[in-house]
Amino acid sequence: MRQKVLEVNSVTMQFGGLIAVNDLTLFADQKEIVALIGPNGAGKTTAFNMITGVYKPTSGHIALNKLNITGMRPDRITRLGMARTFQNIRLFKSLPVLDNVVIAQHLRIKSNWLGSTLRLPRYNKENRLMYEHAEHLLEHMGLKDVIHETASSLPYGMQRKLEIARAIATQPVMLLLDEPAAGMNPAESMELTQLIQSVRDEFDLTILLIEHHMDVVMDISDRIYVLDYGNLIAVGTPAEIQANDVVIKAYLGVAEDEA
Amino acid sequence: MMSERTNTRESISKHPPSVKKNVNLYSVVLSALLLIVLYFVLMKIEGSANALVPRIARLCAINIVLALAMNLINGFTGIFSLGQAGFMAVGAYTTALLTIEPARKLSMYIVTPIVKPLETLTLPFGLTLIIGGLIAAGLAFLIGVPCLRLRGDYLAIATLGFSEIIRVFIMNAQSLTNGAQGLKSIPPNATILWTYGVALAVIAFMALFTTSSYGRALKAVREDEIAAESMGVSLFKHKMMSFMISAFLAGVGGGLLAAYNGTIGQDMFRVMQTYNVLMIVVMGGMGSISGSVIAAFVVTIGQEMLRVLDGPINLGFWKTSGIAGMRMVVFSALLLVVIVFFRNGLFGTKELTWSGIVRNIEKLAGRGKRGEVA
Amino acid sequence: MTGSMFLQHFTNALSVASLYALLAIGYTMVYGILRLINFAHGEIFMMGMYFAYFGIAMFHLPWFVSFIIAIIITALLGVAAERLAYRPLRDAPRISILISAIAVSYFLQNFATVLFGGRPLMFQQIPLLTTIMQLGPIRVPRLTLIVPAVTILLLVGLQFLLKKTKTGMAMRAVSRDYDAARLMGIDLNFTIAMTFFIGSALAGVGAILWGLKYPQIKPDVGSMPGIKCFIAAVLGGIGNTTGAVLGGFVLGFAEIMFVAFFPAASGYRDAVAFILLILILLVLPAGLLGKNTTEKV
Repeated sequence: MRQKVLEVNSVTMQFGGLIAVNDLTLFADQKEIVALIGPNGAGKTTAFNMITGVYKPTSGHIALNKLNITGMRPDRITRLGMARTFQNIRLFKSLPVLDNVVIAQHLRIKSNWLGSTLRLPRYNKENRLMYEHAEHLLEHMGLKDVIHETASSLPYGMQRKLEIARAIATQPVMLLLDEPAAGMNPAESMELTQLIQSVRDEFDLTILLIEHHMDVVMDISDRIYVLDYGNLIAVGTPAEIQANDVVIKAYLGVAEDEA
Repeated sequence: MMSERTNTRESISKHPPSVKKNVNLYSVVLSALLLIVLYFVLMKIEGSANALVPRIARLCAINIVLALAMNLINGFTGIFSLGQAGFMAVGAYTTALLTIEPARKLSMYIVTPIVKPLETLTLPFGLTLIIGGLIAAGLAFLIGVPCLRLRGDYLAIATLGFSEIIRVFIMNAQSLTNGAQGLKSIPPNATILWTYGVALAVIAFMALFTTSSYGRALKAVREDEIAAESMGVSLFKHKMMSFMISAFLAGVGGGLLAAYNGTIGQDMFRVMQTYNVLMIVVMGGMGSISGSVIAAFVVTIGQEMLRVLDGPINLGFWKTSGIAGMRMVVFSALLLVVIVFFRNGLFGTKELTWSGIVRNIEKLAGRGKRGEVA
Repeated sequence: MTGSMFLQHFTNALSVASLYALLAIGYTMVYGILRLINFAHGEIFMMGMYFAYFGIAMFHLPWFVSFIIAIIITALLGVAAERLAYRPLRDAPRISILISAIAVSYFLQNFATVLFGGRPLMFQQIPLLTTIMQLGPIRVPRLTLIVPAVTILLLVGLQFLLKKTKTGMAMRAVSRDYDAARLMGIDLNFTIAMTFFIGSALAGVGAILWGLKYPQIKPDVGSMPGIKCFIAAVLGGIGNTTGAVLGGFVLGFAEIMFVAFFPAASGYRDAVAFILLILILLVLPAGLLGKNTTEKV
């Protein structure tokens, strides 16, 4: 039996009187690609923010590889092997593409600040490895030609890919992608689908993703969770979800109008 | 695509991340040459007939240290701290108390005698700078614990507040600081060698630190805190590191300033002092070491040159017998113009590098032939 | 502490608190609209004090004429600062406009030194306002009661302006949502200018009352009250005028009572505000009456 990498156990998030996520339970097995879908405002990003530590859940438990990470600081959770991208792209805008990915490896550094400043041999080695790894990663993501460009100067699709590269650079076991295909045309999202699968295989990742492009979701997900108004309304394989009446009523119909 | 923007990006570029060996070599050679030139220029200045010249030169170096200290936290880390004057005061008083001759101390503390171990204690100047810096850094830790959790402008006010509390403490701690009377007869240790030695060391430190992995992490915090934290950068730890190092450097700068001035008082370390340094940092570009260095020279020398405005002016149609402070009005008006119309300062976050300069010269030379820039 | 001593401190605190409230409103109004700590507000206040002083000393105006003119000039100075130093940076990063505000304050202090001299001047005593009177067991200057009265009057006026007039409603709309307000056809420039006008006018009133209470005028007289009143605005919940008043009162009373109960530590009076600021921000990051907002990720 495969190991559960991520376990979310009846987690609730309340902002004042508003219940953004209500009693959400989900899990992701090793190397699984799990999608979290639902209409706008269903609480998907809130769920992400709780899992990655940006918000502290009002109640419930979250575990990464059996380790309780509920309410931990985001940087600690990342260090334990969780990485994410953001819905509204949050790159280090004015820094070069390469530095964006190198910075994401800082969390694994062993040298201290003084040793780093004095460029001690150990630091030089660490630093070289960081750059090599970053270049390798960017090559894998098809961003090799732009490594010296400023991050904000990249076209939208490339920025999304750079965010994924940056997240992978933290050496996660669990990767959370918040609308990776947003703003992409069908050809680009097709390419992205393949890319996600290839990084899953290359870096042994378990992936949880939020996505509105139904073709992408149905194409790559092993399982799908459907949220509506903060409540989980369905779980299943793509085929099951497509045939689920509740989902169609609450979500797919609305999505047609939105698109 | 040969816009002006690409041009400036070429000439004042950031360190190329993977630095090639030969680039390194000629950078080292050129830097060494520059240092030698600097040495002779400084010696020339020191021997200048006009006593004001070496004085201003020394002040330039001190301002470099102070500006870089502030740039680390405000420019590189993106934390708008206004506590500089407090940390400078700590350094200044430490150096003063540990270098003034015991006999002088005895005669100076009229209201209450000086506290015991300080009465006779004197230490070498360099050591007092470091001690001053360390005390400032320790204080920064205490201040940082509550303050660094605050966001943006609240942090500015809170750090400013603590800086004022330090000043108020200095005013009230009669037996330690001699209160409102201040301290005088501080030995003039801030020689050309000391000031430029420290300034160069701080420049080198900043250049190496800000391009290290930790420096990159600080820039990440500046760019986007939430993203940085999600990439595993502990915000508190890194902000604290930057805050403490910045305070250390400000303390060292304050120590130099005390030795340079000869007398100090709590009045020197009002908020205005922080603003003075901030203006240098802003003018040079927040997040640029070369910017701060050049702006320190420009501002220090510029303020001196504006001194003519304080003296009698005769424009034929309009005469004045001299208005004290006129230069500061003109200076601050100029500054306001810079801030409003050139808000990125001289350099923005870019650096002047040898490779950038060389590339620029090559480009200028090659332009005529090829008519296009790669 | 005897009852009459306490009463003495209490009335003093009341007037100090009212002054803080007047200045805090200016901060909170500007912050509400531009999300800017108007670092120059304290210097605008300082200039107001000089204007009132010179109206009487140099132009020999009757005190009330001088005061009214000073208030108007102070208000216009605030508007000018916005027009020249803040408006060009409205679309720039927030930090730029903050630095610009610091530069304005730096400029005004230097300017005042040249214009009015660095040596302290003594603000005129207006017998009608400053005569000492016997109030039950205590003796207080009339001013101690005039200050809170003026403050309350102005606050009522301000609330009326914000709630009932078109300009006031426009101000509230702009502070709620900049872009939506613009889309609704609100003249942004005019509304922001009016905000500075009113905020600075209140600073002018505060400056005159301050000068009557603490007569020494120096070019840096505005910096400490300025910072403290920003803190008062934060305490109450920045952007909220009622909060600013509340914050002003909390701060005023805290300071005076600190000195009253710990006279030996009176040198540290100025530290009270900052410690209060830290405490409040750590417990209630949005201030006493502010609304908590979480950044959208």
